[in-house]
Amino acid sequence: MENNIVDLAIVGAGPAGLSAAIEACKWGLSVVLLDEQAALGGQIYRGVDAAGKKRRSVLGEDYSAGAALTKAFAESGARHIAGASVWNVGRDMKVNYLLQGASASLQARYIILASGAMERPFPVSGWTLPGVMGAGAAQILYKSAGALPTESVVLAGCGPLLYLLAYQYLHAGVTLKAVVHTTQRSDYVRAVKHLPSALRGWRDLRKGLRMLAHLRRKQVPVYAGAQALSIQGTDRAEAVSFIHKGRVHRIESSLVLLHQGVVPNTQFSWSLRARHAWSDTQLCWVPETDEYGQIEDSGIYIAGDSRGIVGAKASALQGRLAAVTIASKLERIGARDRAIREKALHVDLYRQLHIRPFLDALYRPPAEHRIPQQDSVVVCRCEEITAGQIRQYTRVGCQGPNQTKAFGRCGMGPCQGRLCGLTVTELIAQARNVSPAEVGYYNIRPPIKPVTIGELAA
Amino acid sequence: MHINDASLCRPLFTAEHSLPSHTVTLQFEDESISVPAGITVAAALLLKGAGHFRITPVKSSPRAAYCMMGVCFECLVEIDGKPGRQACLATVREGMAIRRQQGASELPPLAEENQNGE
Amino acid sequence: MEWATDRAPRGVWRARPLLTRKSMESKEEVIIVGGGVVGAAIAFGAARSGAPVILLDQGDIAHRASRGNFGLVWMQSKGDGFPRYAKWCREAVDFWPALAKELFELTGIDVDLRQNGGFWIGFSEAEMRAREAMLEKLKDVGPGIPYEMLDRAALKAHLPAIGPTVAGGSFCPLDGHVNPLKLLYALHASLKTLGAQVFSNVDVVHVSHQQEHGIFHVKSVDGRVWRAPRMVLAAGLGNKKLAAQVGLYAPVEPNRGQVLITERLKPFLPYPTNKARQTAEGTVQLGYSIEDVGLDDGTTVSAIEWIAKRAIATFPILSDVRLVRAWGALRVMTPDGSPIYQESVSCPGAFVATSHSGVSLAGTHAYVVGPWMAGLSAEPQDMAEFAGDRYRDPARSFSNAH
Repeated sequence: MENNIVDLAIVGAGPAGLSAAIEACKWGLSVVLLDEQAALGGQIYRGVDAAGKKRRSVLGEDYSAGAALTKAFAESGARHIAGASVWNVGRDMKVNYLLQGASASLQARYIILASGAMERPFPVSGWTLPGVMGAGAAQILYKSAGALPTESVVLAGCGPLLYLLAYQYLHAGVTLKAVVHTTQRSDYVRAVKHLPSALRGWRDLRKGLRMLAHLRRKQVPVYAGAQALSIQGTDRAEAVSFIHKGRVHRIESSLVLLHQGVVPNTQFSWSLRARHAWSDTQLCWVPETDEYGQIEDSGIYIAGDSRGIVGAKASALQGRLAAVTIASKLERIGARDRAIREKALHVDLYRQLHIRPFLDALYRPPAEHRIPQQDSVVVCRCEEITAGQIRQYTRVGCQGPNQTKAFGRCGMGPCQGRLCGLTVTELIAQARNVSPAEVGYYNIRPPIKPVTIGELAA
Repeated sequence: MHINDASLCRPLFTAEHSLPSHTVTLQFEDESISVPAGITVAAALLLKGAGHFRITPVKSSPRAAYCMMGVCFECLVEIDGKPGRQACLATVREGMAIRRQQGASELPPLAEENQNGE
Repeated sequence: MEWATDRAPRGVWRARPLLTRKSMESKEEVIIVGGGVVGAAIAFGAARSGAPVILLDQGDIAHRASRGNFGLVWMQSKGDGFPRYAKWCREAVDFWPALAKELFELTGIDVDLRQNGGFWIGFSEAEMRAREAMLEKLKDVGPGIPYEMLDRAALKAHLPAIGPTVAGGSFCPLDGHVNPLKLLYALHASLKTLGAQVFSNVDVVHVSHQQEHGIFHVKSVDGRVWRAPRMVLAAGLGNKKLAAQVGLYAPVEPNRGQVLITERLKPFLPYPTNKARQTAEGTVQLGYSIEDVGLDDGTTVSAIEWIAKRAIATFPILSDVRLVRAWGALRVMTPDGSPIYQESVSCPGAFVATSHSGVSLAGTHAYVVGPWMAGLSAEPQDMAEFAGDRYRDPARSFSNAH
């Protein structure tokens, strides 16, 4: 494929990428889908093809539905390159990736980036200790390896995934020591404003309420409106502390699962120097694209959660919409067919997006868990830079995240800002008393995933 | 700081099926471990109680897998002599030798030059 | 404020005595446009000498050539064909220990200076011969530029990791390296301590000279104005336009360099080389390209691959080492690659200062250029050779290959 040019290269095998591939093949495009994992599904449908009956039962219907998508992809005629670590996507429409220890490249007429989302960083005291993981990470562990906690476990934070995991764990027979969540009365009040539109997404809402009821029925200790979360331990997690109804609580646990929502994975879009807007409703950076997801006039589209958190179903629809518009540009779909198809997709998408404003408001992560006030909390995990150090940089003139790299090594470690970037932007914004939009974000450069010198030189 | 030097401690996770159909045998530090086939190295280490995966180069802090999807770079281990590998992106293979990453990556020893300078 | 350096650096150079009675009497305010490593070092030099300094800096969005500096404190092979520049570079190396010490004492920031010598690596006999010829010509500049040519076996004794295709190299005991980002931070922190006024997020668009009172007006894009009797233009690529506004000629053009950074490694490279150095944190910096691409500071896969190939040829054991980041930065390049330092004739009190070796020359910029441009010490000898006007001479031709 190296010397040939493919109509459409897709990066990411989650719902957006898979759906885009299926749609594009329907209109006769040549499609190559690259993904880092060995199997299809991204993270939300991770391991869906290998999951047995029990696992599918624990994970639920929404998860199992992913198998239909992977099956449709397998039948679509698109080519899947598994285990491909994409390290650069260029405006010259070239995709560079690593496969089995060798660097390879692909030339495409159009590109869809569908790298999805990642869990929002959770910078609280002790979050770097072994035994502390994301709730999403624990869910991936179950999806990919059928692994479940050995002892009773504490889940802490906010967001639908937290309750979903609690529900799934109960179903799998895991003991939950506590679910500590930060959602307060004021969050409900704020969210109620969006209720009318959320009621149109009533199925999703009902699902969430059912999960909460189930937790209560199973007598799982639920601490609502918790504040000042922190994790204690010297070499590993030993306990979680928090304030609930004015009292300090300490719950012992060697495994603490944290979650406060997911955020777009924007490494590719930043490296392409796309403009990004700061979303105050989702508290993250969102790449600026046209209605189909295209960055400027580049021929590069972004679909799914990496364009702004929209959820699995909406991600799939965005993937299809991007594919349809690309098919149109390549003259593989007539104007009438295009109009019909787009209208149907837009109607579905509109329905899917309806619960978002309500969810974003209800599960807004509290500032104290996004912008650590305690100086000793680690912000840049790779280089072990604390909140106090970053505040000190601003006192000696640091204006933005790129300058923090001059004052210390913040953001220069292997994760290249993925786990500290949002925190650093908000921390500097708070210290300077300006908006995050004004502060900006790190300059993201290739390689987007590490490549060895030898692999590059070959 | 005293970090437990033992290879393995009590695992935080256990496999759903106590007798998986296919297993592979790996080396972790100096211990032989048997894990379900097809899982990631990170999952294997969590199932077997590795405790910490690495010690950081900056302040020698113990770290273990955090995101399980390749974005946090905390699960760096040495696999078959190659340092700095993301354990959550590597699939276990029979005979694989895994070691904790101790600080910065170590370069391989220099090859002896023969008389022709090769 | 008086500072003295207690011990003489290597060679015969000392930091100049800072405050004489005369200079304390005539401390004119000086505006320095540009807070990169050149502007900040000049500002630091002026401020520590007692001049009231105003530094105007673009901030996070600046092209910031300083962020792209490789970090070498280098003089091996500099100034070939330009003896005054060779001498200038030779002096600069001797100023560095004092600068590093003073910055540390003022701010607590260690800029990781190591001056134990550096290597140039050659891949063919022809390259080696050309190198030796050039270094031989430069060896008697100033107090002397010692060098040693090393064949493969001799080089391998110092750098055991060199690859089989390396032919040899040259070594200069005066060379070294430093952390350029920490240097910039330390200079800015020092300015704060010394009471200089630093304005960030300032995009200067116009400078003018009010003849009658000898005052310069410096105006930013958002309409703010600063006034002072002295002004130093150290705005990197911005100098071209601003210099012309006060009768100076600074034909600087961007020149892109791409650099690769690896993950942290355990120490293996105790000396910097011209295209590879291991930083104090253990990361290895690999360079570099030289490209004429206008204001594009992006990276290209072809340059990344080329640098990687060269790195493997130099140090084959880097084969399994992971690249964490590649970046591009725009060098501020003059037609001959040498600096411009000049006072305007039509607008006396206005100066331009530019150099792409802002790290190597930081000590000279601080201890010599700063006080001179602030009016607190005499113009150094033979500075006319660094005038921008030299590029207007039709009888001369220039090359900035390096």
